[in-house]
Amino acid sequence: MLYGYAGHTLRIDLSDGNIEKHPLKQEWVDEFIGGRGFTAKILYDEIPPGTDPLGPDNRFVIAMGPLSGLFLPAAGKTHFAAKSPATGGYGDSNMGGHFGVTMKYAGYDVTILTGRAKEPSYIFIDNDTVEIRPAGHLWGKGSTAVEEILKKDLGQEFQILTIGEAGERMVNFACISHDFGRQAGRTGIGAVLGSKNIKAIAVRGTQDIPVFDPKGLLKKGKATYAACREKPGFKGWTPEGTAGITNWCNDVGALPTRNFATSHCDYADKINGKAILDELKITDKGCFSCPIPCGKYGLAKTKLGSKYVEGPEYETLALVGSNCELADIHAVAHVNWVCDELGLDTCSGGAVVSFALECYEKGLISQEQMGMDVKWGDLDSIVYILEKIAKREGIGDVLANGVKKAAEKIGNDSSKFAIHVKGLEWTGYESRNAPGMMLGYMTADVGAHHNRCWVLGSDVANAVGGDKDANVHDLISQGTDFKVLPKADHKNVVPLVLRSQHLRPAFDILGTCRLQYMEIGLETQYYEELYYHATGKKLDFDKDLLHLSEKIWHLNRMFNKREIPDFGRKYDYPPPRFYEEPIPSGPNKGHKVEFAVIEEMLDAYYAARGWNENGIPTKETLERFNLAVE
Amino acid sequence: MTLTFNHETCSGCRACELVCSLQNMKIINPSKAMLRVMPRFPEPGIFEVAVCNQCGECADVCPTGAIHLVKGTWRIDMEKCDGCLACVSACPENVMMVNEDGMPYKCINCRQCVEVCPRDALSFN
Repeated sequence: MLYGYAGHTLRIDLSDGNIEKHPLKQEWVDEFIGGRGFTAKILYDEIPPGTDPLGPDNRFVIAMGPLSGLFLPAAGKTHFAAKSPATGGYGDSNMGGHFGVTMKYAGYDVTILTGRAKEPSYIFIDNDTVEIRPAGHLWGKGSTAVEEILKKDLGQEFQILTIGEAGERMVNFACISHDFGRQAGRTGIGAVLGSKNIKAIAVRGTQDIPVFDPKGLLKKGKATYAACREKPGFKGWTPEGTAGITNWCNDVGALPTRNFATSHCDYADKINGKAILDELKITDKGCFSCPIPCGKYGLAKTKLGSKYVEGPEYETLALVGSNCELADIHAVAHVNWVCDELGLDTCSGGAVVSFALECYEKGLISQEQMGMDVKWGDLDSIVYILEKIAKREGIGDVLANGVKKAAEKIGNDSSKFAIHVKGLEWTGYESRNAPGMMLGYMTADVGAHHNRCWVLGSDVANAVGGDKDANVHDLISQGTDFKVLPKADHKNVVPLVLRSQHLRPAFDILGTCRLQYMEIGLETQYYEELYYHATGKKLDFDKDLLHLSEKIWHLNRMFNKREIPDFGRKYDYPPPRFYEEPIPSGPNKGHKVEFAVIEEMLDAYYAARGWNENGIPTKETLERFNLAVE
Repeated sequence: MTLTFNHETCSGCRACELVCSLQNMKIINPSKAMLRVMPRFPEPGIFEVAVCNQCGECADVCPTGAIHLVKGTWRIDMEKCDGCLACVSACPENVMMVNEDGMPYKCINCRQCVEVCPRDALSFN
């Protein structure tokens, strides 16, 4: 008996309609545990080299971990992965909500879609019954409408994921939406689903997940909920959720503003967590089994109407708010709603709009090309650009490929302010005064995503020493006088970056949210004990799990090497803006990262990883991690 | 003393469903829990939880008298129950459940959901 797992892999070939249910491979469980471990293994093994990310041979993988769906805090993460249309390399994105756990209750730890359906379709899963059904009636509809229609037709207990128009048209930053406000936004995962002609997946699962020691899990699960309650962040962090960090980021000069031209704005109070509570919030909306719900569901009221929307969370406040100079919480929430409905990632969506606004301001996109006189901080302009992108109309068709490819087309040095790494737009932490954070963004397998590394606290606030981890609640509530703190030293960041790059995937492997650990400081030993009661196997968080994280890091690097023809060091550089333009305002005014520092950090990072000077894992490193890949 | 629910603080996490199935049936399966989280989205954007408030309507319709009151809690005497499931259709909260053998089961006020709820949305009053 495979305890902790549902025990099956579901394989669907959309081209010929073949549906197969297989036992979950023991080899995957033994070597890669779950979640993001599974996706790394499956993408490397099963995607034929050189596959078109939007072609039928790409795999769309859904994976949960051994702790997903069990009685413990925040066991509701779902991982999606595919070769990314944004980067051409390894791509994944995860979301909370209730979808993945329901897949597990339906019997599936892993689902792999291949091929392309002949017509717009949705996948119906009701425990053992799996069907590919026509979705002509859903095509072209927004995420809310699709979810409402399918729940009405099938039953409220069905969990739905869907793409919007942007996914249908294979926009490179199309997302997946679920549960009226949860998204898997990054790496163009929604475009891959669209390329397969799949509009939605609906699932009902009512089966048991076998666990090794139900009594032990009950006791430890209760103890873990109780431990969360005792953390200061339980009451201190939860009310505002991720949005609570907005002012802190602004104070330390890390809030992306005006397409990352600067790192500070004078209106953070208008777009922060308090503004959400005061102006928008109806209810806290948590993911499955989460004791610290970061989701704030509310009502946005603007001249464009009243819209129910979950969010905005911090990334949206930063990328749609200050980065587009949108200084009104209702307007930011409205744009959040627009992105959700169209099926656009709010991170990349905000970053692409801010790039377009800067191109327009500099005359690189004419008014005729734009089709409207667009302005910074103008709700109409931002919504207009997003709709053009989702429909791939006019300039929207260029922008729909993301800032890297758009800059190649627009030219005129626009690549200098196309803020991305590897083709994935940068998220909400401006890093010219945060070398560790910058190195984390530079070296992430998926491109510029904070999901892989977050060391801003040690970078800019000297909040932690050595390899000690600070939880975000303690960090933002400590009231440090940032002005007297020394600037971060790039010479010391590599160990911190490596630890963060291994810690964060660890939770993705287990199938839980990392925020209990990251935001309020729940200790890792809880996960070791929960894992034992669930699976019957011992797991040392540092020795076993972080080692696996490291192994995945090498494997995904090799996937990128295989799939991106000239992959290497040059793909790890940040955009020129960060090493050519000093920050023009705010607490870090005048600061930039010298290119020599970037090179020095990469040298140190590659050496620590066991990669050669071009950033490719050495043969010895691969052998050390038992990876038979080339 | 009955279980009561406050939608003002519930965030829909379903820890209550998880602990209910694990405590009472030793399984991980929220669909078998004796209470049910019901999200109301996109409008009005609230959560409701259906709980057994010990109203006794199940007992009123039970033809064999199997459902009886024990210290404020309606319990099913499985010796007397003939599985007619009249109680299931009579339950106004839809929380009289049916197991794989076709027999009814219900909340026994074990209070584990109250203990675990991280939002203090469930209480025993």
